[in-house]
Amino acid sequence: MVDADNLVKIYQTRSGHRRAVDGISFHVGEGEFFSFLGPNGAGKTTTIGMMVALLAPTSGRISIDGLDVTRNPHEVRQRIGIIFQEPSLDDRLTAWENLEFHGRLYGLAGPERKKRSSFLLEVMGLYERKNDLVKTFSGGLKRRLEIVRGLVHAPRLLILDEPTLGLDPHSRRNVWEYIHNVRKKVGMTVFLTTHYLEEADGSDRVAIINHGKIVALDSPALLKKSLGPEVLNILVGEKEALRKFLVDEYPSLSESIREEPDGSISFPMPFTSRDSPWEMLKKIPIQITQASIRRPNLDDVFIKYTGGDLGDPGTNMKPEAIQ
Amino acid sequence: MKDKTLDSPLDRPMDRMDQWALILPSSTAPLADRMTRDLRGIYTLWLRDVIRLWRDRIRLIGSFVQPLLFLFILGSGLSPRLGAMGGGGGGRTLGYQDFMFPGIVGMSVLFTASFAGVAIVWDREAGFLKEVLVAPLSRTAVVIGKILGGATNSVIQGSLILSLMPFFHLHPPLMDIAGAFLVMVLIGLTQTSVGILLGVRMTSSQGFMVLMNFIILPLFFMSGALYPLDRLPHWLSIASRLDPMTYGIDLLRNALTGIHYYSVSADVLALSSFLMAMSFLSIYLFNKAD
Repeated sequence: MVDADNLVKIYQTRSGHRRAVDGISFHVGEGEFFSFLGPNGAGKTTTIGMMVALLAPTSGRISIDGLDVTRNPHEVRQRIGIIFQEPSLDDRLTAWENLEFHGRLYGLAGPERKKRSSFLLEVMGLYERKNDLVKTFSGGLKRRLEIVRGLVHAPRLLILDEPTLGLDPHSRRNVWEYIHNVRKKVGMTVFLTTHYLEEADGSDRVAIINHGKIVALDSPALLKKSLGPEVLNILVGEKEALRKFLVDEYPSLSESIREEPDGSISFPMPFTSRDSPWEMLKKIPIQITQASIRRPNLDDVFIKYTGGDLGDPGTNMKPEAIQ
Repeated sequence: MKDKTLDSPLDRPMDRMDQWALILPSSTAPLADRMTRDLRGIYTLWLRDVIRLWRDRIRLIGSFVQPLLFLFILGSGLSPRLGAMGGGGGGRTLGYQDFMFPGIVGMSVLFTASFAGVAIVWDREAGFLKEVLVAPLSRTAVVIGKILGGATNSVIQGSLILSLMPFFHLHPPLMDIAGAFLVMVLIGLTQTSVGILLGVRMTSSQGFMVLMNFIILPLFFMSGALYPLDRLPHWLSIASRLDPMTYGIDLLRNALTGIHYYSVSADVLALSSFLMAMSFLSIYLFNKAD
């Protein structure tokens, strides 16, 4: 469905240029749920810009449904539904009028527009509010309406650019329930960008993107497996002493030790050592307050491949708009 | 665009039925040819502006006030002191208030049209512009749709003022009223193009407003809306000739009162060349913008 081949986008800036997307290649299969996981500024939104022909690639090629995006921008756009990172509704129009506007632009005839809009509003639980002005909607409702709008012209590829950014946890869950429901019923290809690890966890394959490059690409399960079986989590007073001991004793860990939000130190069990977690803990000559062991999650995968942290996703959250 | 029939309770169970087939990826609407898409897009964008205008009709009445202040306060204050106005072609003289009336009609079109360009900046700020830009229509169509929407708004404003003409002793024949209407359309299109031209690259609506205020008053004051053009100081005479509004106001005054300083063909030629230049430039810039 999507084929990117050595895609590059360079922005000219005052201090020279910035390689926002730096030679990425990937393939998304028909019906696949594919995620781009990366921190802000990694090049996710720029990639989407090139997918929908808003941005021209500096070099490389991207095609959707077998069509070169640069050469057939409108053919491609007709096949794409997109939910932008930022709200993009006209909030002085009603929900229904926003859908009518969209349906007309995509060439749906009157009766077809009405049937599809009513049905999708019903599915997304918005039918009762169809004649309300969008400015009276909460953040979560607006997002759901944008999903309805993105689906009205029956796209083959649904692009979700950070679809739950700025939503409270309840609305986030709610929006995802609706997305999964639609995907199950319709089976369109989904391309998601996110910096929420748990959202990428639900996809078929994840590409981890950092500084404009894909640093890892596989199914979430295999990516986690690549980390080794377990992650050890240790709470100590002398963190630096623990770090130093671990790196000296197990040099392969130097890149993957990290500090958790609660102040504890965690790292995946090193492959290079035959020590069991228990033996490892016994070797540590520092007073340990608490130790636990867990299976790796995408967070660990991300740290391994980028050496950085996604940051606390909570800092990006804004309280949901008050009605 | 509201569909009342869907509110009928009888229709509701149908909506709840399993209609997933409607949005299967295989039912993607086929892409129409370029011309159809663009015309449809222009109509859709225009329709949105009209709906929003209707929704904000209170504001429509609000912006009715400023021209009235000019007509009734400025006009009443100046008329007793100023003699008969006229000169130029038409061989007629009028009291000041009646003379300035076509100028004020032009003013209300000019002001409304100028600020129509801010809508494109608002759309950018609100994110809605992206929804338009990723739709399968050309950017040229987007600009044309916005120009038509803004012009419609300004012509409605102008028509409201124009309807006051009996109070200013103006009773032109129907043909001339139709002519005045066409002139308002021309002024509206021209000045909306100027507004869009400024709005195309701007990201802040405040910046747009500031810039527009710098442009709009000179255009208005130099246009001869408030004074006859035949005995101006040399510099002002030149300035007024460079102002596209001059030709619009002249046409309006010609249609409504018969007084004019340029021939109809010169006016139309000047105004429409300016319209062409501005609209092509805004289309060009919008197509180039990232």
